[in-house]
This record gives sequence, C-alpha cells and structure tokens, in this order.
Amino acid sequence: MPVNKPITSQLNSLRTGPDERGHFGIHGGRFVAETLMPLMLELEKAYNHVKTDPQFQEELDYYLRHYVGRPSPLWHARRLSETLGGAQIYLKREELNHTGSHKLNNVMGQILLARRMGKTRIVAETGAGQHGVATATVCALFGLDCEIYMGATDVERQKPNVFRMHLLGAKVHPVTAGAGTLKDAMNEAMRDWVANVENTYFLVGTVAGPHPYPAMVRDFQSVIGTEAREQIQEQTGRLPDAVIAAIGGGSNAMGIFHPFLDDADVPLYGVEAAGLGLDSGKTAASIARGRPGVLHGNRTYLLQDEHGQITEAHSISAGLDYPGIGPEHSWLKDIGRVNYVSATDDQALDAFQTLTRLEGIIPALESAHAVAHAIVMASTMTRDQTIIVNLSGRGDKDVPTVAAHLGVKL
Amino acid sequence: MSRIKTCFDRLKKEGRGALLPYLEAFDPDRETSLALLRQMPEAGADLIEVGVPFSDPSADGPTIQLAARRGLKAGATLKGTLELIQDFRRENDHTPIILMGYYNPIDSYGVERFCKDARSAGVDGLIVVDLPPEESEELAPHARAEGLDMITLTAPTTPDDRLKTILRKASGFVYHVSITGITGTRSATEEQLKAAMTRLRAATDLPVVAGFGISTPEQARTASRISDGAVVASAIIKEMAATYDEHGHATARSIPTALEKIRSLARAVRS
Ligand SMILES: Cc1ncc(COP(=O)(O)O)c(C=O)c1O
Repeated sequence: MPVNKPITSQLNSLRTGPDERGHFGIHGGRFVAETLMPLMLELEKAYNHVKTDPQFQEELDYYLRHYVGRPSPLWHARRLSETLGGAQIYLKREELNHTGSHKLNNVMGQILLARRMGKTRIVAETGAGQHGVATATVCALFGLDCEIYMGATDVERQKPNVFRMHLLGAKVHPVTAGAGTLKDAMNEAMRDWVANVENTYFLVGTVAGPHPYPAMVRDFQSVIGTEAREQIQEQTGRLPDAVIAAIGGGSNAMGIFHPFLDDADVPLYGVEAAGLGLDSGKTAASIARGRPGVLHGNRTYLLQDEHGQITEAHSISAGLDYPGIGPEHSWLKDIGRVNYVSATDDQALDAFQTLTRLEGIIPALESAHAVAHAIVMASTMTRDQTIIVNLSGRGDKDVPTVAAHLGVKL
Repeated sequence: MSRIKTCFDRLKKEGRGALLPYLEAFDPDRETSLALLRQMPEAGADLIEVGVPFSDPSADGPTIQLAARRGLKAGATLKGTLELIQDFRRENDHTPIILMGYYNPIDSYGVERFCKDARSAGVDGLIVVDLPPEESEELAPHARAEGLDMITLTAPTTPDDRLKTILRKASGFVYHVSITGITGTRSATEEQLKAAMTRLRAATDLPVVAGFGISTPEQARTASRISDGAVVASAIIKEMAATYDEHGHATARSIPTALEKIRSLARAVRS
C-alpha cells in the first residue's frame, strides 16, 4: 500500500515546479517570438483551468482506461534478473499502451485540451515517429486535421511509422534542414504553428519547448510513475531501490520520476544516448556533453559549439536523437536529485537482444538504453533490491534498423 | 543623440518613411557581405539590419534559413559579425545598425560582455527574435547601460492590453511583424497594416516599422507610408542568392544585383 509521506516533506517538495513564469531553477522559461507569446499565455490559462476541472480529469481517465489501455502492468522480469544475478528488475510496461509507447498518455491529455480550446488543426514534431503515430491516432479518433513534421533522416529509418501515419490520415512532411532529425522537425513544426495560429494547436511530444509545455507534458505522463509507485509497493511491499528511464526530450523519464521525486531514498537514473561514445562527437548526451543555452523556447542543457550554435546529435535511436533535454531534467541535474548516465548505441543494441531473448519483450531502441543501464546496475546490487525500468515503447518499428546493424537483410 | 533617433527625426522632416534592408552576415562570405554593407547606405538604406546566422532560425522561412546556413559555412560567429560592423563603422558613422538574431549565441557570448562589445563595434539596436519582454530582463539592463536600443517586436496576435505593457519599456523604434508567419512567405494587406498601425499609434509615440512579407517596391512604398518604415529581407537575399555559382559562392553580379534591388526599393519609398 502507498506510504503516506509526513506533511513536513511536502513543504520541501521537489514537485511544485515550475515557478509562475515557467522556470525550473535557471532552466525553462518562454523564449518564443512575440507572435507566439500571446498563444503561450492563452495555452497556460487553458491548461491551468482544466488541471483543476474534475470533468476534464474524468474525461481523460475514461480515455486512458478504455482507449489507451491503462493501467499498464508492472512486470517482474525474473529471467533477466536471474541471469544478471543481482537486483530484481521490474518493467513498467508502457509499450503495451495503444500505439505502442508512452506517447499516447500525453497526446490524449493535450488533444482533449485542444478540443476544449476549439482548435481544429493539429501540428506535431516527431523523431522515432511514435509521437507522430500517437498524434495521428487521436486526430483520427476525433476527426481533426493532422500535420506531422519529421526529419528526412528519420523518415528513412522509421518507415513503418511513416506509413502508419499515412494510414491514419495524417500528412507527413519530411524536413531536410540540418541533419534531418528531431531538432529540425521541431523548428519546422514551430514555423507551421506561427503561420496558422488561428485554428492550429501545436501538440508537443516531450517535456521540452516553452512553458507550459514541459510542465503540462510531465503532468500527463506522471500517470506512469503514480501507477508504478503503487504497483511496486503492492508487489514488493516497499519502494524500489532505483528507477531508470531513457531520455530523449525526457517525457517518459519525467513521467516515471515525478511521483518519486520526494522519496529522497529512491535513486533515479536518466539514461542519455551516448551514441558512438560520449567523446566521439557523435552523441546525444546533452547533460553529459552540453551546457545551458536557449533553444525551442526554453533554457536547458544543449549540445552546442563554443559560439552558441547548436550541434547535431547522434543516436541509433531516432527518439533520443535530440541535442537538448527538458528543462526540469536540467534542474534536477543541477540540484543533484537525478543521476544522469548514458548508454551507447552498441549497449542499446545488446540490451535490445537480451530483453527480447530473456523476457519475450522486444523493446524500442529508446527503451533499450534504459534496459542497458539496468543491466549494468543490477549485477552490482543484491538480490533483495529492486529496480524499475520504464519500458517506454515496443521495438517493432526498430526491427529494420536492428537487422541492418546485425548485417541481416530483410 | 542616438543614430536611430537622429535618423527617424531627419526622415520625419523629409516627410517619408525609412527603408531598412537586411543583410545576413557572411552570406555567402565575409568579404562580400562587408562590401555590400558598405554600399547599402548609398543605395538608399536608411537603417540596416544585420542578421547573425544561427543554426536553428525557427522564425525564418527558407530564404533566410539558407542564408544563415551559408553564413555559418563561411565561418560566421557573433564575434565575427561584430567585427564586420566595426569595419563598416570605419567609413560610416551615421547609418544606424540593428543587430538581429536569436538569443543563444548572445547568451553563450555572455550578455554583459556582448553589450559592451556591440556598443564599441558601433551597433545601435538589438532585435532578439526569441527573447520576448517576459524574458528580456536578462539582457535589457546591460543593453541599456551601453545605450543600445532593445527593439520591441509586436505581432498581429498581440492584444491591445499587452501592446500597452510591452511598449512601455520599448526604445528606439518598434518593429511590427505584420503577418502571423515566418519571414519571406506571405504579405499583409494594406487594410491589415492600417488597422495594426491604429492600434500601435495608440500604444506608443515611438516610430513603428513594418516587416515580414515586404518584397516589391510597391509594397515597400505602401508600408513606409502607413508606418514609419519598411524592412525588406528575404526579397533582397533571394535575388542575390540567385546570382551565386553552383557552389554557393558570390559572382561578379551578386553585389550589383542586391544594390539594384535596394535602389528600386529606395526609389519607391522616396517617391
Ligand atoms: C519509445 C520511446 N521512448 C522514448 C522516447 C524519447 O522521448 P522522451 O524522452 O520524451 O520519453 C521516444 C521518442 O520518440 C520513444 O518513441
């Protein structure tokens, strides 16, 4: 059963951010052009309203339960744990959500908000295509126009998802600027939004962007951590000894971390994509190799050169291939509450195969980064300790990529 | 008195609006952009906007995106852009220069040092696209200390009550983004611009210039009559870029083409 925290710890809660202007410590904020500023204020107002509206919460709960398929199970991965010979690993099964990832939790919340705001056209950025698919899905469900911006490189490496979006009735725009990945898709989605502010809602897919997006997306994703915190106590009688999640923009991680932030003795681990290695110059680890700067509406750790130009990220996983990270993570890093670590492309590929063989679960390459870190950690821990890994998505979309890396022709 | 104020006072006496052409620093190389910058006043530029190339120009359309990319490829940095302006100032001490760009390169440079260096290079005003009044207190005090005008942007989406609050802190002039959109795409109609100017005049006594989507001499004339000036960027860059060779390098026609475009705009504004 959930342990109620004594009231004193609420006073020093780490869960109250951001401040009224959207700042988490020095991070966050609202760095947008004036054209968008009134919209951000309007969105904030609309979100603050629904946040405390029981009818909205009821509606959201209905869709989460009957359409998304929540709650998602917490699976004790016994074979994996036994093989590693250390801590017991529990998988939070977000890959079982409709559309195959945690992305739908956030999308469901925002689409209900967009409908309340009277918007009829939805734009979204996507990296791996999971957020694009989730967005296209709810647009089909509610009969809304859907435009997805996706880097041309990602369109190439995530073909199954591109076709899924087409089937769902969305228009997918490949973006050729830059390296043709998530950062460029984000720029292009913002440009579309600026040009169509009247009827368009920008459905951001991660805990980044200008305030209130980081807080709003976190709130919608926190259902992951809220469930997991109860489930682990039901199954083991206590809180876990570690919680691990992969980080692209940071939404699945914020979602599972947030309900644990005030459990001071539960260590939290955010796993960035090291790509070919932290010092290879081909990495997506913005906390490990970046410094604070301003991009896409917020201040946060960014991969950038000495002149403040944003550099290209690299990861085998399209969903982690982003040179920034949500501002709340940057703050949690600064105050030392969350440990930010990394896993390389190769480690993720290994973990992808290990989990598939031992548990019969094919993880998304994004989630495989979290599994990779669990594999490293588990063997240093004892058998009576527990780790929760956020299994943010399933790996069907990555099968072609993995095959290519293993030298298999499909 | 500041160059910006002197300039608008003089134009008021002449009874016409200003032409503010835009140039992307280092597009397609340092030498070409410096040569163009030097000849812009004589071609009819009243004030000049110098764009600082940024890797992620999220408020810009394809034309300026490509210009920024060429500039970066040619080695543009914020420091290099300030040095370019410093070189320009050796020969010209009266044409106001407005630096336009995104916040991260400034943040990375260090706001205080940046304002000092910008001032000593001869910059007069700053337009930081992604630094709305809500966030500008990071930069504004340092700009003020160096006598740099922080140019406030307004948009069709800015409500009246917000116009009043954000323009209270404005200095130099006001830049009205005349469309909801990115640079170099659509244009505002005369009616839209007139309606916007009525709202703006009620909120500020500063000169107001219009920008985004002004490309022809006709549009520049109309905009400079309804407001106090017309900003033209993508149209000049586009014509100049059409003269580059297949490697994106400048040719003998590049600078004359840009200057001819500026002359035709200037004639329209003055007619
Ligand atoms: C399955 C999965 N996990 C993780 C991510 C990374 O995003 P975030 O860090 O916002 O959870 C993505 C993004 O596409 C994803 O598809």
